[in-house]
Amino acid sequence: MAKNLKWKFLSIVAVLALAVFAFYPPDQKVKLGLDLKGGVQLVLRVQTDDALRLETQTTADRLGEQLKTKNVAVTAITVDSATAFTVSGVAPDKDAEFRSSLVEVETNYDRSSGAGTYTFTLKPNIVVQLREDTVNQALQTIERRVNELGVAEPIIARHTAADQIMVQLPGVTDVNRAKEIIRSTAQLELKQVEQGPFSDEAAARAALGGNVPPDMQVLPGTIEAAPGQPAGTGYYVVRRVPAVTGRDLRNARPTLDENNRPAVSFSLNNEGARKFGAFTQANIGRQLGIVLDNRVQSAPVIQSRIDDEGRITGNFTNQESQDLSLKLRSGALPANLTYLEERTVGPSLGADSIRAGVMSAAGGLLLVTLFMLVYYKAAGINALLSIGANLIILLGLMAYAGATMTLPGIAGFILTIGMGVDSNVLIFERIKEELATAKGVKQAVSAGFDRVLLTILDTHVASLIAAAFLFNFGTSSIRGFALTLTIGLLSNVFTAYFVSRTLFEATLSGRNVQKLSI
Amino acid sequence: MALLQNTNYDFIKWRWHAIALSAIVILAGLAYGATKGIPLGIDFSGGTIMIVKFEQPVSDDQVRNALSSIAGEQVIQTYGDPAQNQKVIRLPQLIQEQGAALDQNARAVVDALNAANLGKIEVISQDLVGPVIGADLQRRGIYAMLASIVGITIYIGLRFRFAFAIGAIAATFHDILIAVAFLFFMGYDLSLNVVAAILTITGYSVNDTIVIFDRVRENLRSKRRDSLEKVVNESVNQTLSRTIITAGTTFLAVLALYLFGGEVLEAFAFTMLVGIISGTYSTIFIASSIAIILSSKQAKARTTSARKTV
Repeated sequence: MAKNLKWKFLSIVAVLALAVFAFYPPDQKVKLGLDLKGGVQLVLRVQTDDALRLETQTTADRLGEQLKTKNVAVTAITVDSATAFTVSGVAPDKDAEFRSSLVEVETNYDRSSGAGTYTFTLKPNIVVQLREDTVNQALQTIERRVNELGVAEPIIARHTAADQIMVQLPGVTDVNRAKEIIRSTAQLELKQVEQGPFSDEAAARAALGGNVPPDMQVLPGTIEAAPGQPAGTGYYVVRRVPAVTGRDLRNARPTLDENNRPAVSFSLNNEGARKFGAFTQANIGRQLGIVLDNRVQSAPVIQSRIDDEGRITGNFTNQESQDLSLKLRSGALPANLTYLEERTVGPSLGADSIRAGVMSAAGGLLLVTLFMLVYYKAAGINALLSIGANLIILLGLMAYAGATMTLPGIAGFILTIGMGVDSNVLIFERIKEELATAKGVKQAVSAGFDRVLLTILDTHVASLIAAAFLFNFGTSSIRGFALTLTIGLLSNVFTAYFVSRTLFEATLSGRNVQKLSI
Repeated sequence: MALLQNTNYDFIKWRWHAIALSAIVILAGLAYGATKGIPLGIDFSGGTIMIVKFEQPVSDDQVRNALSSIAGEQVIQTYGDPAQNQKVIRLPQLIQEQGAALDQNARAVVDALNAANLGKIEVISQDLVGPVIGADLQRRGIYAMLASIVGITIYIGLRFRFAFAIGAIAATFHDILIAVAFLFFMGYDLSLNVVAAILTITGYSVNDTIVIFDRVRENLRSKRRDSLEKVVNESVNQTLSRTIITAGTTFLAVLALYLFGGEVLEAFAFTMLVGIISGTYSTIFIASSIAIILSSKQAKARTTSARKTV
């Protein structure tokens, strides 16, 4: 018996020591949630339709060019929606030749046809795949940008719905800057300027004879004014297909232009340099449009062949040129993002919450302690020790699992105290009943624990079921609560049954106790 | 010290009164919700909540006047300790026009407050929830609640008689509805934290019920001759001190949370407090009553069919 007890004690001490080791020192090992530390949580939606539309537009354009080289005349190729385009007016005698051009298109698109008109619809499985890829690409891009921002311990993850991404940035105070950096598409394109700048859009269209040809587009842009003058807005006619895009960027960094104003210089990779060199060689004397997110930032005249270096100027502040280089380095987003949710907690509010949480946990523990000692006397000490052990193990397991402590999580601690009391009271009341049926003290204690074990297991399983669904439902702070509750429930089975029983056995062993202080 | 030892109250006698009382409270809550609408917090309805700290004391009306140019019904209240000059400002969901940004309202508030000469302001927290997230959370909240109830029913159904599982679940629904009714009466919004509290109540309420049912099962084995009603009543009495004491201590712990936990957790703690009281009451009066009512119907059906075969 005594030897048995020694082993039980040793195992309890070992578990507690491991737990303390896991969470000590707590300010380093216990992770605080945003609601306690301060910071911002964002939920974004990736407009995956953008990527589908781009795919459809590109496929339609490519087919158009193919048909042109094969001399298959069609009336029009129109993009009907993000996932479908129509080719109309295919001449009957060219039908066979037209169909033979479709090999590439039909790997991704379903065809339906009628009298010279063909409609191509993106296949459903390809749609799913494209959407999935787009969200993953956006996720990676955001990750790179956030890392470049230098935020400590950010979380970037897929959110509940398929097209949502959650970003947590602890300790970030300039929320608007962070949001701007995450959200801008940062799509850099170098395009040939055909005409411009014009003072308004209508003038640009008029210069084209009122009709914008399919391989051209009119983009808004900035007109460089004389030094010291504010820049104006103008419109440029540019070629739709860019010579080089941001995908061919090797690096981008903030720099100064010849007037010592902030600018961004970029360099291209080998592939980009080859394309850019050939393009500038062929277009000396013409304007190069540096287009960022469909706006012409500047349109310098190409003086000579340029291979792998370029510079984006504009009316940037220092901060803006730094942010733009950051965004260009981390790559363009594959689609637009919209913000669905934003929760910001200032650091002062977080500190207040910690204080309130600790206060209420201490208050709760104090009230429970008083009650247990008054009502159960010496046995109450057993209960308190087992509840204390439970809280230590809970903290240790949370630190070990890397769980985050949130304000609702503190509520989870308080409920764990309640749960510990519940199990102990259940046991004590049963022991009292067994004592009343005139058994010896040891037998009564032993019978009390044995009879109650099944009840404790039943109640804990039921609570665990509720906690599991809570975890499944929750946003991150509620998850903190559900996780705390779950771990607390599991360790409570150990402390309320095993620790408390060992304590009883230790007090009763070797002595002939006639009366139990309970 | 002993409380409520060896009691012999006839709880089962009061079952119809108890059911009637609960029905009145629940119906009042439902009527309240039906007439005034369910007060969804911004977690579910979408919208903007900001907590703004002012340099100098300002009144709610001063803030309201400063924000008069912003559309929609605004709620302005003091937040936390009045000496800290903090106001919480709630704005409803923007009607999402094309391109209306999520933070449009929040920016408008900051601009309006800066323009109103109320001294320097600091936004110490802001929650902006778009309609997509709100609708998504509503759906998932309901799903989580139903799924956890079904899960618990299945577990109790496996461990006890089916009639008991129904009793336990009826008690759980009862507690959820009572908690929601009191939330309505006290003017709390249904927020994420409140739903978390309600889900916790589901687990807690079933806890209490299981303790009694376990005892009923144990007593049914040793006292086969007694009627189910008698056994249940005895079991309720035997576990009464435990039921009251644990409810009392958990209540104390959550009371501390309600008093000191700050505004963020106030509605959560309140829901838990109601749930603890209602859970104890429903365990004693509702769960076992329904288990008995259902069991006696089953028993009657069995005896009549048995007679027919004989």
